[in-house]
Amino acid sequence: MDASSPDIPPPGALIRRHGLATRVWHWVNAVAIFVLIGSGLGISNAHPRLYWGVYGANFDQAWWQLPRFPAWITIPASYNLAISRRWHLFFALVLGFGLLAYMIWSLVDRHFQRDLTLRRRELTARHLWADFRAHLDFRFHDPEAPRAYNVFQKLSYVGVLFVALPLVILTGIALSPGMNAAWPWVLDLFGGRQSARSVHFLCMVAIAAFTVVHLALVILAGAGNELRSMVTGRWRVPPDGQVDAVGDPVVRGPVVTGEPR
Amino acid sequence: MSGGVIGRRGLIGGGVVGATGLLLGGCDRVVQAPATRRILFMGEEMQMGLQRALMDRDALAPEYRPEQRSPIFRANGTRDPATPLYEALRAGNFADWRLIVGGLVARPLALSLADLGAMPQRAQITRHDCVEGWSAVGKWQGPRLGDVLRAGGLRDAARFIVFTCADLYGGKPYYESIDLVDAFHPQTILAWALNDRFLPVQNGAPCRLRVERQLGYKHAKYLMRIDAVASLDGIGKGKGGYWEDNVDYDWYAGI
Repeated sequence: MDASSPDIPPPGALIRRHGLATRVWHWVNAVAIFVLIGSGLGISNAHPRLYWGVYGANFDQAWWQLPRFPAWITIPASYNLAISRRWHLFFALVLGFGLLAYMIWSLVDRHFQRDLTLRRRELTARHLWADFRAHLDFRFHDPEAPRAYNVFQKLSYVGVLFVALPLVILTGIALSPGMNAAWPWVLDLFGGRQSARSVHFLCMVAIAAFTVVHLALVILAGAGNELRSMVTGRWRVPPDGQVDAVGDPVVRGPVVTGEPR
Repeated sequence: MSGGVIGRRGLIGGGVVGATGLLLGGCDRVVQAPATRRILFMGEEMQMGLQRALMDRDALAPEYRPEQRSPIFRANGTRDPATPLYEALRAGNFADWRLIVGGLVARPLALSLADLGAMPQRAQITRHDCVEGWSAVGKWQGPRLGDVLRAGGLRDAARFIVFTCADLYGGKPYYESIDLVDAFHPQTILAWALNDRFLPVQNGAPCRLRVERQLGYKHAKYLMRIDAVASLDGIGKGKGGYWEDNVDYDWYAGI
């Protein structure tokens, strides 16, 4: 997607939206996040108390006494710390190395620079307010550049890719006594293992919240169209960035199969 | 139309929740299949391989200042073996306790608490991380396991060190094992003191293993025997420890 492209794809056109790297990583990561949150909640049930600092156990002051997460949301459903950990530590590698590969790929093919760079113009109060109003009207795309992400998309993708995911990985590394010996600086970054554990949990909450909002917006923006674009890469341009009341793009006029590049 | 909208969105929302439930349930079925279970359990070898590649053989676990210690050091697992043998040893203040060092060693040893105290000592304030997620910081003191193994004359064929404990699980002694990298690590000690006192019973009196780059369940308490072996096959169920044998805990507990 190239926002500066002189030819604006007309409404209804089927255009190439997401590159291969984005699509592959998106689904690998979706599975990893799903397994990691489910198994992580299972692990949390083993000691559902969060602390700040180096140490923290039953006699110490917990800042958050977590609820016991129910069977329908944990992996495995019945409490089994060992199996939760097997899932978690396997998919931690999928998450970590998946993100690393995606970042390298997206830097090399300039996906990040092209699509995620926040322009000064986008961060003005006026632009943010206008985009917020457009969201309330279920208009998520700039008709002048329908392939471009809107500013809230950029902010949330940047937040997840460059803050929440790296932080959840680093705090996960800080929880490992082996890695504490290998890379003590990671532990120092968070001021102790129990602080790292608390931040790890908070990152999970942020990622879960992102996922919920993300899924809601996918449905509002037209689940079929958005899903196809993340599978085949093809996405139909909504007319003037609008979707109908159900969320699918309203297609008027002839359907043009456009080639973006 | 609006009713239809809610109906359709509700359907999609319900579908997402339903699919989540199915997927979560699917994970449980997946792990019951031997092939997928094998793949999932390969995570342990990958984590161990990565960690060993990233850390120096003798990279030290963090050590802490005295004021960073936990006010109360939590005990977990067995808090009192309460076997007749252990009760008798305890009644005599462990004067009759001997730590047997055997297996693939040239000179089998039987070490008393006084023998352990007479060897070069290492004291370290380290963090104990339970697999459940909590941590406690305490000061441990004792001789290095490496020195004990050298005194016994470890044979070349030895690959693992197996620790047999006084406490029973299902009628059999708790046991654990580590490889020689961790056995000869400078912080791997046979601790007989916690916070400058003899080990309390709940923390493993008279002597426990400290293997500071791994989780708590590897730190065998109530030590009775140390055996050097070439393979873990034939010991317990062959997976190197009570929890490993019985509930699928990782043998390598560096994470």
